[in-house]
Amino acid sequence: MLARDDQVSLKHTPLHALHVALGGKMVPFAGYDMPVQYATGVLKEHLHTRGNAGLFDVSHMGQIALRPKSGKVEDAATALERLVPQDILALAPGRQRYAQFTNEAGGILDDLMVANFGDHLFLVVNAACKAEDEAHLRAHLSDVCVIEPLPERALIALQGPKAETILAKFCADVAAMRFMDSGPRRVDGIDCFVSRSGYTGEDGFEISVPAERAEAFARSLLSTADVLPIGLGARDSLRLEAGLCLYGHDIDTTTTPVEGALEWSIQKSRRTGGARAGGFPGAGVILPQFEKGASRRRVGLRPEGRAPVREGAALYADATSSEPIGMVTSGGFGPSLNAPVAMGYLPSSLAATGSSVFAEVRGQRLPMRVSPMPFVPNTYKR
Amino acid sequence: MTTLFTPDHEWLRIEGDIATVGVTDYAQSQLGDVVFVELPKIGRSLKKAEAAAVVESVKAASDVYAPISGEVIEVNDALTAEPALVNSDAGGKAWFFKLKIADKSELDGLMDEAAYAKHIA
Repeated sequence: MLARDDQVSLKHTPLHALHVALGGKMVPFAGYDMPVQYATGVLKEHLHTRGNAGLFDVSHMGQIALRPKSGKVEDAATALERLVPQDILALAPGRQRYAQFTNEAGGILDDLMVANFGDHLFLVVNAACKAEDEAHLRAHLSDVCVIEPLPERALIALQGPKAETILAKFCADVAAMRFMDSGPRRVDGIDCFVSRSGYTGEDGFEISVPAERAEAFARSLLSTADVLPIGLGARDSLRLEAGLCLYGHDIDTTTTPVEGALEWSIQKSRRTGGARAGGFPGAGVILPQFEKGASRRRVGLRPEGRAPVREGAALYADATSSEPIGMVTSGGFGPSLNAPVAMGYLPSSLAATGSSVFAEVRGQRLPMRVSPMPFVPNTYKR
Repeated sequence: MTTLFTPDHEWLRIEGDIATVGVTDYAQSQLGDVVFVELPKIGRSLKKAEAAAVVESVKAASDVYAPISGEVIEVNDALTAEPALVNSDAGGKAWFFKLKIADKSELDGLMDEAAYAKHIA
């Protein structure tokens, strides 16, 4: 009843030895050998993060500095706006914003975080996309920017209600940060980049640390009471309860930001009638969708029974129809809700909160209800 | 009463022509926290190696296969109500279903406890 993964050549993050020493169950993920869980187990790791604090190794993600050749950060911001539908020019120094690289069809090449570090921009992109993202940036922004990948840096997330108190022991400044503040900070005597953000729906931080200091710093955090190491399994259930997209699953090159219910991430200045409307790949597809709507939409789904409904399950309008109307793109069990949760795409006409649909699981039609997201309220410090 | 094991980490307790089937403690440790169990319908005729039940952890769903052919005569409804029993007592209270054995010769290929211990070592 148990499948085994084939052994392939996998990359290691700077914390790999620590994961192994901590008893992490290692699995391949985006080309890296990563811990899916520790002895604590996915369920307790999830609940511990929501109740205390969890430490996540997200060093597989790509960190990229975008340095303006002119020395003026607004030049880098203006240039990046060629590739994303977000307002980067208005992003204040010390602030971070969620963005997407779009393609000519309006699809999403990757989603990312962009921070203004005062004299340059700092980007965090998905592990599986980072090589393509770097090439994309080089191809389109090299006239204005130097694109500098930072593979020698680890990225550690500390998430949960106790994250602030714990990190403040190593850097008093972090207590004053608000959600989506981001910038260089000295943490435990190390030159880090700290952002108050994450992928769990909880208050927390992501700390970019030089690789050679990463393990000692992670051990310092873990030696503090209330911090447990958390694997990819709980990272996925936490982000699903928080209603956050997983690239390659909930959004991809075939979904636009509007279909993906990410309109909130596109500022008015880049929409039709805005000061810098359009000017990004796929604007001709995406901007009209703000007016006319898109034919389909990403929604939250709550199965009415106890059975998890997972990625790939077809969605039907009723218990007997033969034509699927949509698909589940992420689904599983939400430990904090103690119930199954999912997200997927439905025709916009059927995407209203409270609508009833059916998912097919092992030949049975299971009723689900369209539900608002996040499923678990977030606790960001705004 | 004999207890036998499959390479797929199921156990069978044989009493006369009835086999009680569950998953092993090793299997539950690999699955992680069980959050949902789906059991076969009583009266269903199972063929050896056919998917008979489903056990789901937070992360994934796994099939439990019929270790031998037979008719389902009883299922453990306690698992539906409390899936975590699979983690706390895989070899005991967390039995899945009972089969009326169709062909006793199918038991010949199964492992005893010592052979299974070697299998997972």
